[in-house]
Amino acid sequence: MTNPAAIGQPLDRVDGPLKVTGRATYAAEHAFDQPPLIGWMVEATIPAGRIKRLDTGAAEASPGVAAVLTHHNAPAQTPFGEPDDKGRFTQSRAMLFDEHIRYHGFPVALVIADTLANARHAGALIEISYEPDEEAVTTAGEEADEVPGELDGGMEPDLFKGDFEHAYDDAEVTLDVTYTTPNQAAAAMEPHATIADFDGDQLVVYMSVQLIGPSVKALANTLKIDPDKVRVLSPYIGGGFGSKLGVHNEAILACLGALHLGRPVKVVQHRRHVFHNAPHRGNSVQRIQLGASRDGKLQAIGHESFMPMARGYEFAEPTGASARTTYRTDAIKSTHRVKSTDMPLADSCRAPGHAIGSLAFESAIDEMAYQCGQDPLAFRLGNMPDRDPGTGQPFASHDLAECLREGAEKFGWPSREPQPGSRSQGRQLIGYGVASTIRLNILVPSKTRIRLSADGTLTAWADMTDIGTGTYTILTQIAAETMGLSADRIKIELGDSRYPSSSGSGGSFGAASSGSALLNACENMRTRLLESAREQGLIGDEPADDARFENGQLILGDKTLSFTEVLNKSGAAYLETDGEVEPGDDHDNYSQHSYGAQFAEVHVDRDTGEVRVQRLLGVFSAGRILNPKTARSQLLGGMVWGLSYALLEELMLDERYGAFMNRDLAEYHLPVNRDMPTIDIHFREHPDPRSNPLGSKGIGELSICGAGAAVANAVYHATGVRVRDFPITLDKILRHLPE
Amino acid sequence: MAVLYINGKQVTLDDDPRTTLLDTLRERPGLTGTKKGCDHGQCGACTLLLDGRRVNSCLILAIQCEGSEVTTIEGLSQSQGEQLHPMQQAFVKYDGFQCGYCTPGQICSAVGMLEEVGNGEPSDVTGRGEVTLSRVEIQERMSGNLCRCGAYANIVDAILDTANEHSRKTGGPAT
Repeated sequence: MTNPAAIGQPLDRVDGPLKVTGRATYAAEHAFDQPPLIGWMVEATIPAGRIKRLDTGAAEASPGVAAVLTHHNAPAQTPFGEPDDKGRFTQSRAMLFDEHIRYHGFPVALVIADTLANARHAGALIEISYEPDEEAVTTAGEEADEVPGELDGGMEPDLFKGDFEHAYDDAEVTLDVTYTTPNQAAAAMEPHATIADFDGDQLVVYMSVQLIGPSVKALANTLKIDPDKVRVLSPYIGGGFGSKLGVHNEAILACLGALHLGRPVKVVQHRRHVFHNAPHRGNSVQRIQLGASRDGKLQAIGHESFMPMARGYEFAEPTGASARTTYRTDAIKSTHRVKSTDMPLADSCRAPGHAIGSLAFESAIDEMAYQCGQDPLAFRLGNMPDRDPGTGQPFASHDLAECLREGAEKFGWPSREPQPGSRSQGRQLIGYGVASTIRLNILVPSKTRIRLSADGTLTAWADMTDIGTGTYTILTQIAAETMGLSADRIKIELGDSRYPSSSGSGGSFGAASSGSALLNACENMRTRLLESAREQGLIGDEPADDARFENGQLILGDKTLSFTEVLNKSGAAYLETDGEVEPGDDHDNYSQHSYGAQFAEVHVDRDTGEVRVQRLLGVFSAGRILNPKTARSQLLGGMVWGLSYALLEELMLDERYGAFMNRDLAEYHLPVNRDMPTIDIHFREHPDPRSNPLGSKGIGELSICGAGAAVANAVYHATGVRVRDFPITLDKILRHLPE
Repeated sequence: MAVLYINGKQVTLDDDPRTTLLDTLRERPGLTGTKKGCDHGQCGACTLLLDGRRVNSCLILAIQCEGSEVTTIEGLSQSQGEQLHPMQQAFVKYDGFQCGYCTPGQICSAVGMLEEVGNGEPSDVTGRGEVTLSRVEIQERMSGNLCRCGAYANIVDAILDTANEHSRKTGGPAT
């Protein structure tokens, strides 16, 4: 009988019961003997400049206030951004360091009081005046001309392959269009939160963070503390989407408060804080030039990306990733330019590069298909690459064409009218759209330790995180299958910096990396068990490969021994083994991606321009599927994000103040339940042995790369209106529809 | 001082009168299941049942709840969370969440919503006559609860299954 907890089974989330009963403890919810003091962040109201005068007298005298921290009295810190040769996840994130203001919303004070009401009230009593920097830069567009050091994920900023200018100039059909995407917020449902506790020696920090190891280094570096004295815990995280990769402002402030007072201090960002005090995705300008032969063969692909970079915070989004990796071509020109701005930090947001890169690029590809007089699906299929177009590397596996074909059939693509704007039903204009989906597949060094106890239970430890991705669950399954145990015999312990160093969660690499390390640890445990059984004379010398591990038993030859029996006989209370994984040659020598094809049907109201998505369908190829239930949920979520990027999300910038105006969840538009179309998800399951020992591939960011473009392309097909300025709101369509 | 009943237990509050019901709960050990997502009544993460009706607990002051029955996510399950409410079970079965942060609010909202449907209260999508519990009825009525992980479709599946299971057991209507 198949183990219902085995890899590939739709096991319910093992942390599900805790989450649905409210017992999972998120960062702000850890209980202490003495309740933590509460910190309230006071934000700067200018984009750049310095604090001229700061009067905290009234706040300090306000009821319940224990301290008001400012740059005058905050504990010592390493200056922001140092050391500058280290990455952004371990550099100093100093706050309340000096009178310098980095961006609108930058913390200028932390009021610490007995209750939130008292802290917040006192915060309003602080009097501040500023000397604004009149040269503050708050916008970035096509004028961006700084070359970033490298792009997120390690790609080179510029890539030139073949002779782009010639190929483009000589092409029979050309397209030269500019797309823009707005500033966007990750908007995880749990606002960033931290409780810091300092006992005079150890700093214990409960924080909502995706990468635990780097966060220890960042805190130690910022606060000038020995990293061995810092412990970070993050067992449950209410969504991250990149915005919680590193340490953010409330964490530094809570630690400063705890160091100053020697008492636990809790700082929870208010939703309004989060939009400036946690990172966002910067706006992009993407100029795309395509050249093709009249029969639709791509000959030149040009992609120029222009984005902001927060001053002193090196992060550049690889927006050209889609243009470099999706289609065959003779020549590529892909460049990335950034502009330093005095704006809140721009950083990773779900699928950096591909998410907004595909939004623009897959829309432009659609335009080119129409220019060549071809069906957008046929045009894509006619330009499939046989090796990575950007790097020239062979593909570890490539399944994009099959995803497109299978998706088209399941969606009913052949019933589509070729001419845009030609199908309607009452007031509704009906359109179909398609987009290719592609996302990097990454493996990151990861370690784990497991213990098999004499009672037959297994515990695994790693400083890994589960941000809603299902890590606890798929790790349970890997251990269950490898060791032949039921799910209830397995305990996965994550989210503590005292555990072995893991990949953390980000870049769709978590399951592959932490899972492969666990697989390795379990294989080592099987070897240990066999050795132990042999040493006790419990088994003969049959080859180890013949051994089976089922139902908590070791089966070899005619012997069936429970794990408990083996351990008891040996006198050991438990056995421990370690496991690890590191990317090998296959990640250097092969181009590795997950694939998919996404299709959308939209209805556009001809009188109002309102777009309603009716159906989304995706076919995905992401190697071995570890758990079809949680994998489907990941893809579902990415498709919802794609829809949202196409139609809804936009941070509105007040350029004068460097401030996003819609800093709340009513004005920053997210899709609600009623906005959901029918969503249909299919897997093409092909384990890829070059990916990692599990044969799985990244899935957490896959579907956001393409879902939005499929919706945008369907809007064009419905209306004949091509909106190149995302999001596609009704006003941008309506002005082009016939009266 | 206000006396209210939280999950069946009488509680006397001496909190600051400026304190919302949400903050009052979250500062008490064992009652952090009610989540704060926006503090503005915009996301629904803090939804709980106040005298049986679903409310955003960030939009109500604790002292306004004098004498009221408050049911939080912790109060829906029995035996310290070991025995799940049917709606909680369905959310696990249908994977109606990912990060889990909006989940207590979604579940309390769903339980309250089915009561409203049972009372015949119409929504924006209800036609003339009786309310039938269609997917779109659930979608409309659950649109006050944001889920950034995008689990909406699974949430609807979980609610429909709970309602159908209830009606199968009682022989009555879906609620």
